[in-house]
Amino acid sequence: MELQSAPPKLRKESMLLNIGPAHPAMHGIVRIITELDGETIVNADVEIGYLHRCFEKMSEQGGYLQVLPYTDRLNYVSPLINNEGYCLAVEKLFGLEVTERAKFIRTIMSEISRVSDHLTCVGATAMELGAFTAFLYMIKAREWLYQIIEEVTGARLTISYLRPGGVKGDLTPDFGPKCRKILHDTREVLKEVSALLTKNRIFVDRLKDIGVMSKETALSYGITGPFLRSTGIDYDVRRSSPYSAYSKVDFEVPVGTTGDNYDRYLVRMEEMEQSMRIVEQCLDKIPGGPVLLDTEGNEIPADVMIDEAKMGRVGGVCGKTAAFDPTLGGSSKPVFKQVESDNKRAMFPPKEDTYTNIEGLMHHFKTVMMGHGIRPPKGEVYQAVEGGNGELGFYIVSDGTDRPYRIRVRPPCFVIVASLKKLIMGDTIADIIPTFGSMNMIGGELDR
Amino acid sequence: MSGLHTKLKELRPQDVTEIHDWRGDETVIVSREGFAALMKFLKEDPFFDLSVLMDLGVVDGLGLNWKPRFEVVYHMFSMAKNHRLRVKVRVEEKDAVMPTLTGLWAIADWFEREAYDMFGIKFKGHPDLRRILMYEEFVGHPLRKDYPVNKRQPLIGPVN
Repeated sequence: MELQSAPPKLRKESMLLNIGPAHPAMHGIVRIITELDGETIVNADVEIGYLHRCFEKMSEQGGYLQVLPYTDRLNYVSPLINNEGYCLAVEKLFGLEVTERAKFIRTIMSEISRVSDHLTCVGATAMELGAFTAFLYMIKAREWLYQIIEEVTGARLTISYLRPGGVKGDLTPDFGPKCRKILHDTREVLKEVSALLTKNRIFVDRLKDIGVMSKETALSYGITGPFLRSTGIDYDVRRSSPYSAYSKVDFEVPVGTTGDNYDRYLVRMEEMEQSMRIVEQCLDKIPGGPVLLDTEGNEIPADVMIDEAKMGRVGGVCGKTAAFDPTLGGSSKPVFKQVESDNKRAMFPPKEDTYTNIEGLMHHFKTVMMGHGIRPPKGEVYQAVEGGNGELGFYIVSDGTDRPYRIRVRPPCFVIVASLKKLIMGDTIADIIPTFGSMNMIGGELDR
Repeated sequence: MSGLHTKLKELRPQDVTEIHDWRGDETVIVSREGFAALMKFLKEDPFFDLSVLMDLGVVDGLGLNWKPRFEVVYHMFSMAKNHRLRVKVRVEEKDAVMPTLTGLWAIADWFEREAYDMFGIKFKGHPDLRRILMYEEFVGHPLRKDYPVNKRQPLIGPVN
């Protein structure tokens, strides 16, 4: 008997690998099912929906003002921009124009939000590639921005600062100098981070020519924002259809050339600088004069006035003006006038009025009670703003009642994540991390 | 650029049934029969040049007693000319089928999956029409007006 050893037969089969739903580098809950040949991704499927919170369904249940807190939770890294998008859409339904000062405040707050958004994205991407220092530096800068946001709005994350018709309260008296100081410090941080990353061999090697997207593919996917600009198309909603105060400020729209991860990093870094320029110009140009009232010995702090009135002691406070106070305690009437629209059917009365006279109280109830809330005319509008990730659109259908009949959000993340499969095909498994990081997936906005 | 809706009405009177531009949003309501060809025309025609499908939404008109119950709403945008057009198609509940646009725009894939998931609109010719936000075992279409907001369903994990 002759033993013959047959040559071993090579068997080739691909391997299925799950990444996520809860993977530390997934920025949120999303599952990528990859089919691997060695380390190369030959096929992939992206599964989303783990953070679906029925935003659109819930929006139909309450009044127009009750939707506002939900919008905070869409892109939770830059909630002020979501607020702005929603408020602009409702204002478009009403045909309402807010005051100049409110427009500038909205612009300032949106741009601060955008900086914090990009800081988070770039920082997290760097951290996932091992550059923990850069992440800490950037989160430090974001913390300063959050602090100034907190000072104005009273909250850090879920702020609901904007209102259809204006903003909740005016800026704090020393906002200008404080903000400039923070922007200066943030610039220093960005300089440091840029020195750490931009020419760093490891960082560049991981990003350059990875996750390349062509202009045509980006347009076919409807991608907007920094992602689209990295491919070389200079589309920015702030530039092409300016809202708020963007037509009055000067800024550049940075574009990339190749559309790879490195370009997206560079575009985001430059956009932060441009956002800070916008904020500084707004601080220079903001109209409305001093926000503090003149003190004729006739003013009392707003919260004291409200407390007195709550206890029914209106004699002492009646006829006096309240000192400006942007906290939830209330803001004074004259200052409030600067930032709120004239249309009484769409806006809240100043808190002093709510608590001190019957007209104010009725006005307040007429705007918040079910069946009495603000009522835009029948119709439908689509309003787009430039969110942290691109065009954030709100499509609202009004049936003339106090509830929105239908609200549809066009989330910039959704289209970006839809293109993920195409981006990672053919790359190695390690390339998923920088590609996924640079697309800045935000679960709240993606799944709504 | 403005007047896209009137221009389209002039060019394609057989497809466009209604137009309006409330609050400056130019809107055309088109019939389903000519819809797919019309979208291709809008994308490729040099005058309209609506190269980007920005958004796809559905409105359920049950609460307003709309006669064709659903409106499928497409928001289109032109990168080069910076103008927008909203295209709406009305479909019946019994025959809630739309032609797919996946051949024209890659993003139509996910947008149509979402519309199917949330409203049960079927897209004829879609290569992979599955649920996207809800899980496979979910019964019903949650954004329809007759789906109760408080309804609970057992959460079933994925099979694999």
